[in-house]
Amino acid sequence: MTDLAIAASGLRKSYGTKTVLDGIDIAVPAGTVFALLGPNGAGKTTAVNILSTLISPGAGSGPVRVGGHDLVAAPQAVRGSIGVTGQFSAVDGLITGTENMLLMADLHRLPKAEGRRAAAELLERFDLVEAADKPASTYSGGMKRRLDIAMTLVGDPRIIFLDEPTTGLDPRSRHTMWQIIRGLVAGGVTVFLTTQYLEEADQLADRIAVLHGGRIAAEGTAAELKRLVPGGHVLLRFSEPQAYEAAAAALRGAGRDDESLSLQIASGGSQRELRAVLDELDAAGIEADELTVHTPDLDDVFFALTDPADLAAVPHQTKETVR
Amino acid sequence: MSTLGMAVRDSSTMLRRNLLHARRYPSMTLNLLLTPIMLLLLFVYIFGNVMSTGVGGASADRADYIAYVVPGLLLMTIGSTVIGTAVSVSNDMSEGIIARFRTMAIHRGSVLIGHVAGSVLQSIASVVLVGAVGVAIGFRSTGATALEWLAAFGLIVLFATALTWIAVGMGLVSPNAEAASNNALPMILLPLLSSAFIPVDTMPGWFRPIAEYQPFTPAIETLRGLLLGTEIGHNGWLALGWCIALTVLGYVWSTSTFNRDPK
Repeated sequence: MTDLAIAASGLRKSYGTKTVLDGIDIAVPAGTVFALLGPNGAGKTTAVNILSTLISPGAGSGPVRVGGHDLVAAPQAVRGSIGVTGQFSAVDGLITGTENMLLMADLHRLPKAEGRRAAAELLERFDLVEAADKPASTYSGGMKRRLDIAMTLVGDPRIIFLDEPTTGLDPRSRHTMWQIIRGLVAGGVTVFLTTQYLEEADQLADRIAVLHGGRIAAEGTAAELKRLVPGGHVLLRFSEPQAYEAAAAALRGAGRDDESLSLQIASGGSQRELRAVLDELDAAGIEADELTVHTPDLDDVFFALTDPADLAAVPHQTKETVR
Repeated sequence: MSTLGMAVRDSSTMLRRNLLHARRYPSMTLNLLLTPIMLLLLFVYIFGNVMSTGVGGASADRADYIAYVVPGLLLMTIGSTVIGTAVSVSNDMSEGIIARFRTMAIHRGSVLIGHVAGSVLQSIASVVLVGAVGVAIGFRSTGATALEWLAAFGLIVLFATALTWIAVGMGLVSPNAEAASNNALPMILLPLLSSAFIPVDTMPGWFRPIAEYQPFTPAIETLRGLLLGTEIGHNGWLALGWCIALTVLGYVWSTSTFNRDPK
């Protein structure tokens, strides 16, 4: 598919002297999931706010098209094709779940009966039927997010923005949210999501852009990005100093930590790489007391993508404490 | 759907939302009603004997003062109600749902129009309630015709609309509910400096022009004239002028503030 649901070039925004977005290009083909990955303050929310017409693009920005409409010239047309779930819950806490849904139906100008049906269906789909008649302010974090997304889906938007949809959710709610997002994609919806979690982008996104300091530091599929990141390693722990020394001799090139008797071997964590390590240990007749595989995390991505010199300077000790 | 049709439909949706809020959380509305009702009882039953000689000479009694003070308190009720508007607008703007509204293809002004319409309806309901208390303690209009009653109602609606738009602007520029409540304080202080409780010509000379030409006095004098048959004079036009000017000012101020990028 060559149709771009979202196309922006040279997107800029600054507040006073503080540059939040320093010319980013975004191209999201229709029907795909795009993840904007970055830490707090990287500019993710600003990007979403601009693309969803909440704030205007900064001076010097290139053209932005969302759903085929020009963002500046035809904001109402853009609004008509998008649904937005912001970082902070966009539900009306003073009224009930059902009333929130009916409010959305009315604002989409659905006929009464159709609005009621859509509201009931979505509440059912997002497991909110029991709580439907309670004020939304009494909902848990996960329930609020679900109601939030249910409200976004009224009116069947073809492009959906999700700003940190799982931040602050417990693991179960997070997985529920992932399933919801996968369900949307299966229905042909284009999803633009932001996240601070590499794993989340990995799980959901077709393409990932890493936002750092207002610029896109790297963009690609999850696999492509991970290849850029040398942070993955296998950690072996020993309780016997003899076994530790023997292993260190067998696995040359491993980083040593004599105090904790552990060895760190750079590895992408693939089955083959793991087996190679195990084979070498087996050949030398050594048994590690503990083996853990560390996958690259966001910190690794940033060290790798922003300044390789920084990465080299990070001692192993520091990196172990990361996870 | 035409643009106007969209505006009307979305605004009425927003109005329903605001009425739902007001119905579910009536405590603030009732709190704000308390002020004018307490002042009414205070001035009539505690200060009434002294005040009556001030407005009607030595032969005047409490009944005369009731007639004098009720129209002023009816308009003060509006001032009191719109403080609630400023607070609820300020509260509402801090809610995430406003961001959602901004990203939806709805009529842009409907969020504010919904607040204004809701607040005007609340004002009217409050005025009716305070008016009922006035009637209960002995207020009677003196031979007002149907047309005059209609004009009185129209004045109340216009005045409520004007003060509400200003209050919406105050709510929009206030960072939080407390600030909104403080910023809207003039709405309840201005009636104290008007002809609501005492005639303007009993005030110190230097202050009279201020009292005479601020928005409340012409509106109060017009309402008095319509209900009690007193002289309206130029106050009718002054009141109308204030209503239009404040409505336009409040509307332009509010919409331009709302249309700015948030934060």
